[in-house]
Amino acid sequence: MESRDHIDTTLNHLFRQESGKMVAVLIKIFGIENIEMAEDVVQDALVSALETWKFRGVPDNPRAWLYKTARNKAIDVIRRKKHSKTIDFSDPQKQLLTSGYTLKATMNDFWEEDQIQDDFLAMMYACCHPDISRENQITFILKSLCGFSTKEVAKSFLTSEDTVSKRLYRTKEYFRKYKIRPEIPAQSAIVSRTSAVLSAIYLMFNEGYNSTHVDQLIREDLIGQAMSLCRSLLSGSQTRLPEVYALMALMCFHAARVDSRTTADGSLILLFDQDRTKWNPILIRSGEDYLNKASFGNALTTYHLEAAIAYQHCCAKRYEDTDWNEILGYYNILLDIAADPIVFLNRSLVILELKGPEDALKSLEKMKKNKLLEKYYLYHATLGEIHQRLSNHALSRVCYEKAIQLTQSKSEKQFLQAKITSNR
Amino acid sequence: MKQFMFLFKGGDEVWDTKSPEEQQKHMQHWQQWIGEMAQQEKFIGGERLYPHGNTIHPASLKVTDRPLTESKELVGGYLVVKANTLDEATEMAKRCPGLQWESHVEVREVWPEE
Repeated sequence: MESRDHIDTTLNHLFRQESGKMVAVLIKIFGIENIEMAEDVVQDALVSALETWKFRGVPDNPRAWLYKTARNKAIDVIRRKKHSKTIDFSDPQKQLLTSGYTLKATMNDFWEEDQIQDDFLAMMYACCHPDISRENQITFILKSLCGFSTKEVAKSFLTSEDTVSKRLYRTKEYFRKYKIRPEIPAQSAIVSRTSAVLSAIYLMFNEGYNSTHVDQLIREDLIGQAMSLCRSLLSGSQTRLPEVYALMALMCFHAARVDSRTTADGSLILLFDQDRTKWNPILIRSGEDYLNKASFGNALTTYHLEAAIAYQHCCAKRYEDTDWNEILGYYNILLDIAADPIVFLNRSLVILELKGPEDALKSLEKMKKNKLLEKYYLYHATLGEIHQRLSNHALSRVCYEKAIQLTQSKSEKQFLQAKITSNR
Repeated sequence: MKQFMFLFKGGDEVWDTKSPEEQQKHMQHWQQWIGEMAQQEKFIGGERLYPHGNTIHPASLKVTDRPLTESKELVGGYLVVKANTLDEATEMAKRCPGLQWESHVEVREVWPEE
């Protein structure tokens, strides 16, 4: 009998990798109004794998085994439901599922390898429909396409399982109501629709990368899943856009540094103090490759510039070697493309490095009344830092305290508290 | 449009001599044939039948535990399709892959409600 651990690891990995694709194929078969049916089949296949492999060991090709099992279970469901009204068989291809003469061969066609990837991509576009709210998009992607449990999704967003279930319900209702048919958008719409998919992916990535509240395993999972979704866009000939390469590069550069960002107990380490030997050279190398590929065509997106900035940090051997001038140049173009207050804030940190606290403060003055920044703890933390360097200790302290009030993260709070203490 | 039924008779002997791969390939031909009719919105439905079954005799209600027909005549399945005329339906039926494996196809018009 195979060790339970080995089976669990294989299955877990497989489930994360494949469940979304299986769900996408099954949704194509059963229709978007029967998402639960699709998810149940995948769940059933997983349970069968667990039970069978326990006695017979993990098969040589576990992926093929899982797909075959899901396909056979789908055939069972069709046989059971073919006279009920739950599944719409009116499409000519689906009509062939209703006869014993054609059921198996037609079912096999649905699982053709080169179609699976397209079905998966089509589902991603459906999830990122502009009418669905960003948080509902990501919740659905994690649950249905990345094989997260409701509990894991809840943990990822520091919310309750109940909220997650409601979000899933709303998305499914939307699909049902508007009879959304998952498809890769036409050439004319591909850029704008892909942009929505990319923001969902990047948000998911950031949830894993930035949030210190979530437990380590889930964070790694979020980062891995975001990168894997982006990779699947790169595998499709219609979806392989320059900005997809750019986001992939950006995520590689960030992910390369993820282990050096926190101490063993989870507190943050600033870029200045990070042990650069811990940065992952393989990820940096792949990031460079992706960034090169991102430069075909005329597209220059925020991902291109953010990746270029992250790349500058990655190539500096020591903090002192950082080319702040180059970075400031990228920030200036970035502000031209998107007048984002957060970008403005980050740019002022570059000015702080390059020209000192007076200029940095002057630059931030322009953002004084910005409502978004007013509520953003890093804005106040940055002001605290600037005032500290200007020896305005009292003012600095006020800013840090404001920042502490505004962040939820325990490690951020500790970090800022340490700043105040050193300020005295 | 009228409805017609294709009754497939015999051919089991040939089927049994074929390898599973050949059988699978053969069913793909059926899928292509029926798929084309479905594309033209002429396919309504149909099923394959097991060769075993019972026969109930009139009056006595005696049950014989097999179909009465000889295996050459045994109905192995049916399809219901749409066509304008018997001739058109017959032309459609001529493309049935079962004919390659010694199955006969009987084309009959469905007697509509009057």
